[in-house]
Amino acid sequence: MLEIKNLHVKLEEEDKQILKGVDLTVPAGEVHAIMGPNGSGKSTLSYVLSGRDGYQVTGGEAMLDGRDLLEMEPEERAAAGLFLAFQYPVEIPGVGNMTFLRTALNAQRKARGQDELSAAEFLKLVRERGKALKIDAEMLKRPVNVGFSGGEKKRNEILQMSMLEPRMCILDETDSGLDVDAMRLVSDGVNALRGPDRAFLVITHYQRLLDHIKPDVVHIMADGRIVKSGGPDLALEVEQNGYAGLLAEVG
Amino acid sequence: MAVDTGEAIEIREGVDRETVETVQNMGSYKYGWDTEIEMDYAPKGINEDIVRLISKKNEEPEWMTEWRLQAFRRWQTMTEPKWAMLHYPEIDYQDQYYYARPKSMREKPKSLGEVDPKLLATYEKLGIPLKEQMILAGVEGAGDTPAEGRKVAVDAVFDSVSVGTTFKDELAKAGVIFCPISEAIREHPELVRKYLGSVVPQSDNFFATLNSAVFSDGSFVYIPPGVRCPMELSTYFRINAENTGQFERTLIIADKGSYVSYLEGCTAPKRDTAQLHAAVVEIVILEDAEVKYSTVQNWFPGDEEGKGGIYNFVTKRADCREARAKVMWTQVETGSAITWKYPSCILRGDEAQGEFYSIAIANNMQQADTGTKMIHLGKNTRSRIVSKGISAGKAQNTYRGLVSMHPRATHSRNYTQCDSLLIGDKCGAHTVPYIEVKNTSSRVEHEATTSKVDDDQLFYCRQRGMGEEEAIALIVNGFAKEVLQALPMEFAMEAQSLVAISLEGSVG
Repeated sequence: MLEIKNLHVKLEEEDKQILKGVDLTVPAGEVHAIMGPNGSGKSTLSYVLSGRDGYQVTGGEAMLDGRDLLEMEPEERAAAGLFLAFQYPVEIPGVGNMTFLRTALNAQRKARGQDELSAAEFLKLVRERGKALKIDAEMLKRPVNVGFSGGEKKRNEILQMSMLEPRMCILDETDSGLDVDAMRLVSDGVNALRGPDRAFLVITHYQRLLDHIKPDVVHIMADGRIVKSGGPDLALEVEQNGYAGLLAEVG
Repeated sequence: MAVDTGEAIEIREGVDRETVETVQNMGSYKYGWDTEIEMDYAPKGINEDIVRLISKKNEEPEWMTEWRLQAFRRWQTMTEPKWAMLHYPEIDYQDQYYYARPKSMREKPKSLGEVDPKLLATYEKLGIPLKEQMILAGVEGAGDTPAEGRKVAVDAVFDSVSVGTTFKDELAKAGVIFCPISEAIREHPELVRKYLGSVVPQSDNFFATLNSAVFSDGSFVYIPPGVRCPMELSTYFRINAENTGQFERTLIIADKGSYVSYLEGCTAPKRDTAQLHAAVVEIVILEDAEVKYSTVQNWFPGDEEGKGGIYNFVTKRADCREARAKVMWTQVETGSAITWKYPSCILRGDEAQGEFYSIAIANNMQQADTGTKMIHLGKNTRSRIVSKGISAGKAQNTYRGLVSMHPRATHSRNYTQCDSLLIGDKCGAHTVPYIEVKNTSSRVEHEATTSKVDDDQLFYCRQRGMGEEEAIALIVNGFAKEVLQALPMEFAMEAQSLVAISLEGSVG
C-alpha cells in the first residue's frame, strides 16, 4: 500500500539533510512501527508523507496505492486515504469539534465523488464512534482541541481517524503525554480499526505502546535511514539494550 | 420553542455546509450584476434646486423641504473629516447623481406581467421569494394575502427610492408602522417631526448633514407602547444606477416597553468607478424598550487593484432615551472599498444598556475604519463591545471606539473586547480606543488581541481533507463566532457564507 523508495529530504530554510535514503514498504493489513532516537527523522517522515510545508524532497519517491503522494496537495493526500494522527494536535478556537469533523469528512467525500453525509447520518455516526473512545456530546461540541487535556487530544485524533476511515494511518508519537488508562483507550481505538484493507505506521520512542498495538514489523530509524527491520522482538531488544548497542551493531 | 441539543447542533452543521458550498460555487462577488432598468435621474450635482426637486419628487410638505435646505446650507460650510485611517481620492460631490428611480415605479402595475421583468430578476438574485417580489414590485393586491412560512417583513430600497414593503397589513394589526420614510413624512408627520434629527442632528457631521439635505428614501418604523413586533423587519438596500449616490435615512422609534428586531442587507453591482453611500440611521428607544439592529453589509468592495467599490460613510446612532432602554447593534461588514462607520449608543436613561458586536473583514485593497461609541450619561448604565477585525490581502482594518463615562453616569460599566486576525503579511490591523471616565464609581475594561491564521492550523485542516480556502473560512468563522451567534439565524447563515466569499483569494 505505502511504498517509499530512497527518499531524500532536506529542510527548505537551511541546508540540512534530514532523510538520507529511506526505503520502506507497508502492505495492506499490516502494522509497522518505526522506532529510533531523537533527531533520527521519524517525525519528518510523517510530515513529508502528509505534505507539510518546509521540507524539500531531493530524491526518491513515495507512493500510496500506486499514486505519487509527493505530487499531491495535503488535502488530496487526505482524500486518497492518508491520515496523520498529530503528535501535537492543533487548537482551533471557536470551531466546534463536530463542525470540524463534518467539514473534513464531507470535503473528502466530495473529493472522492461521493455524496455528502446528511446532518442526521453524521450525527448518528459520530455519537457511535465517540462512545467507544469515551468522547461524549459535550466534548464533541467544544472547540477543536481547545482546553483539551493531553489524553483528550489524542482520543480526539483517534476519533477523527475512525470517522474519516483512512487507508493508511500514520500515528506520530501518539503515546506521548498519555497515562495508562488513556493509552489503553487509544490503543483499543486503533486496534478496532485494524483490518485487511488498512495499514498503520506507528512512530514511537517506547516499546510500551507496542504492547497494546502489536506490530507486524518493527523498523529502527537512525540518521535519516531505516537501519534495521525485524519482528516485534526488535522493539523488546531496543527496550532492553537501548539504541546505542543496536546502532553500534549496524555500524 | 424547546430545542434539544441534537437539533441545535444540526442547525449549526447545516450552516457550515452552506458556507462550504457557497465558497465552491460562487464567484468572488455574487451580487456584482447590474440591472438595465430605465431610470429617472435628477440632473448631476447638488444645489438648492436639486434639494427642492428631491423634496418635490417625494411630495413632501413645506417643513420637510425647509429642513433639508437648512441642512444643505449648513453642509456647504462644512469640510470632509480626515481623521480616519482611510486613503481615497478626492470625492467630487458635483459629479454624482443625487436622485434616481426606476421608471416603472411611476405607475403601479396591475399584475406581475406588467412589472419590469428586470426589476423582478433583481429581487430574485437577491434571494427574495416570488410573493414578496410581487409586493416589492408594487403589484396591486399582492400584499392582501401574506406569504407563507417566512415571517420577515421586507422594505426594499432600489437606488434612491423604496420600491415596496411587505406584510404591511399584518403589521398594522399589531399597531406597528413599517413603511418608506417618504411615506411616513406624508402620513405620520407628527412622529417624523418629533423624532427626525433628534438622535443625529442635521449638523452632526459632514456626511450626516449631506444626507439630511438629499436623502431620498429609507425605512420608517414605529412600535407602539408594550408591543413586541410580531416579526423581524428588514430592509434591502441596493445601489444599481451608475454614478449615483445612495443616501437613505432610517428612523426607528421603539415606544415604552416595546421590542423589535431589525435587519439590514446591502448589495451593489460591480462598477469601475467608486460609488458614494452616506446613510443615516436614527433609533429612539424609550423606557424599557429594546431594539436589535443587525446589518450584513456587502456593498461591492472594488476589484483586486482597488478599482471601484462603494465608499460607505454611515452615521448610525441609537438613543436609549429613558430608563432601562436597551439596544444591540450587530454588524457584519464585508463589502465596500471604504468603510467609515461607528454605530453608537447614547445611554441616557438610568440602567440603559448598549451592546455592539462587529465583524469587519477587509481583503485586497479594502480599507475599514469602524467601531462604536458608548456614551454613558445615566446611572448604572452598561455597555459591551465585541469587535472582530479580519484583514487579508493588502487591506487595512482599524477599530476606533470611544467609551465615555459622564459625571452623572455613576456605577456604570463597560467591557470591550477587540480582536484582530491577520491573514498573510501585507495587511494591517489597528486598534484605536478612546476612554474617558469622569466619575469614580464606574468601571471600564478593555482587552485586545492580534493573531494570525497560523500555518499549523491550516495544515491540520488540510491534512483532514479541507482545501485551503475552506480551511481559512472555517478558522475565520470560528474566530468571529461570538458575533455570528448574536445575529438572527437567517442572517447568521448569510454572514457565514459572506465571510468565506470575501476571503477568497486571500491565500496563496
